[in-house]
Amino acid sequence: MSVADGIVGQAREPRAVPMSLRFFQSELRIVFRRKRNLVLLAVAAAFPLLLGIVLKVSAPGGGGPNDTTTGAFFSQLAGNGIFLSFIALSTMLTLVMPMLMSVVAGDSVAGEAGYGTLRYLLAVPAGRTRLLAVKYAALVAFGLCMTFVVSAVSLAVGAALFPIGPVTLLSGNTVSLADGLLRLFLVTLYVAAAMAQLGAIGLFISTLTEHPIGAIAAVLVLVVASEIAASVPQLATVAPYLPTYWWVGFDALLRSPLDTSTLVKGLLSYAVYAVLAALSAWARFTSADVTS
Amino acid sequence: MHAVTTSGLTKRFRGGQLAVDGIDLAVPEGSVYGFLGPNGSGKTTTIRMLLGLAFPTSGSAELLGVPVPDGVTRVLDRVGALVEGPAFYPFLTGAVNLSRFDAADRTADPRTATARIEAALDLVGLQPAANKKYRHYSLGMKQRLAIAASLLRPRELIILDEPTNGLDPQGTREVRALIRQIAAGGTTVFVSSHLLAEVEQICTHVGVMRTGRLVFQGSLPDLRQTGAARIRVQTADAGAAVKVLSALGLAEPQAGDGEASAILAGAEPERICAELVQAGVGVRGFGIVAPSLEDLFVDLTGEGFNVSG
Repeated sequence: MSVADGIVGQAREPRAVPMSLRFFQSELRIVFRRKRNLVLLAVAAAFPLLLGIVLKVSAPGGGGPNDTTTGAFFSQLAGNGIFLSFIALSTMLTLVMPMLMSVVAGDSVAGEAGYGTLRYLLAVPAGRTRLLAVKYAALVAFGLCMTFVVSAVSLAVGAALFPIGPVTLLSGNTVSLADGLLRLFLVTLYVAAAMAQLGAIGLFISTLTEHPIGAIAAVLVLVVASEIAASVPQLATVAPYLPTYWWVGFDALLRSPLDTSTLVKGLLSYAVYAVLAALSAWARFTSADVTS
Repeated sequence: MHAVTTSGLTKRFRGGQLAVDGIDLAVPEGSVYGFLGPNGSGKTTTIRMLLGLAFPTSGSAELLGVPVPDGVTRVLDRVGALVEGPAFYPFLTGAVNLSRFDAADRTADPRTATARIEAALDLVGLQPAANKKYRHYSLGMKQRLAIAASLLRPRELIILDEPTNGLDPQGTREVRALIRQIAAGGTTVFVSSHLLAEVEQICTHVGVMRTGRLVFQGSLPDLRQTGAARIRVQTADAGAAVKVLSALGLAEPQAGDGEASAILAGAEPERICAELVQAGVGVRGFGIVAPSLEDLFVDLTGEGFNVSG
């Protein structure tokens, strides 16, 4: 009873612990220890592995579509395993990675609402703005982790199955392996930035509902719709304003000199979308009743 | 000083339904306040507004002197709450669930977290199930974990929304004992229930809700006084007795099977008895019956299964 007496006593004056990372760490634990999310990361890791094996077995001399950037990657793969990373990132970027990101982002707030834990977090009080910030930071961390898992696994598989050496860029010139790896690192960050943009959109959609499945589906529909719209020639004028348009722009990093204009426009587009989505999420989340 | 006050607190849902209709709560500091009313009478919506989960349509509220919802982040660390049933992460253990909510509290001391979590689990008797996943908890265990979460830190006010829901009679008794213990430490307890009997023994004050309105607020003795005591005469000749009672000007005279009754109001029972005997009514039994709290509660909130609102 002695321990209990301490708890059921009169409250002390609460001391604020400033700038504590404890809530963020707890959120990371929720995201990264959850079995479902670990399965998602395993999918992200398995995909390049399968891709590498399939490409090794089916097209030892290269091949694949030649008219696209991805096609160019395919034809280079036989000579250099590092291109498996670029192939994996560019193929997974159209659907697999956005899908994994949608699951975690769509679930972020809606999942808490679905469990009912949202009302208890707010009653703690976590603070609505702080809760959103922590949720978004964890989403960015998940996006980073997922893209680095993809590029690291694909690099390892590529190195194991194919030769590794100086990298011939899309612009035709050849750079050292170290330069190539640095470019792969930057490409991975660029893709992670795209995922951070999608994460913000997902976070906003997640504040609109208490059904995580609905939020996840909505984010995915948005991605697919944007990709389809971007591929319609008649919509070419609006295409650059679509959220997914700049995702494939990472090939700008594989040219010498760097195509910085594409990179800047891409990152700017991500930033604008992320800020708008985060503001919408904040406006919605700080003004809506929590009814779950 | 009041732990909770509201003034004209009103909540109209988007569909137009008036869930809470201008209530003025005054919960004295240190009291155990029973917030009573049938399901759907607006209790939970009121609690949601107090905790800043829902925004009032009009009116204002204060917790521990701090206006809510504006000041929720400044005051809620001194308030423990159980709202509309327990809710936790099913894939985490009981102890990890508690540490999650403790981590969300920026004023909680991380160094004492483990000890506080253990103490809270101990208090509700969940220590043996601390490392069991929440999804494997029984309903009663879930309810206890929610109470433990509200006691992770010393609190000045505890808000418990239907804390005995889903508990067996044994569990209900334990919760009552726990509430007494919390209150004995000086913490104000605001406990909602749709059953008067569940809180009658522990409350010092009650507020009674009906269709969004606060129809009574005061101490338990105050509530008792609102009930009109009746004079009851046991007799073989109920009809004659009723005539005497109405001749004496007593209100609501009723004849029953072998008895007659009427509202006593200010009349002298001795005189009524004498009148009855004088009128030749054979009196077998004579007494004053005060209405039970349950009767008063039902009078205030309406009978039976009528879902209010």
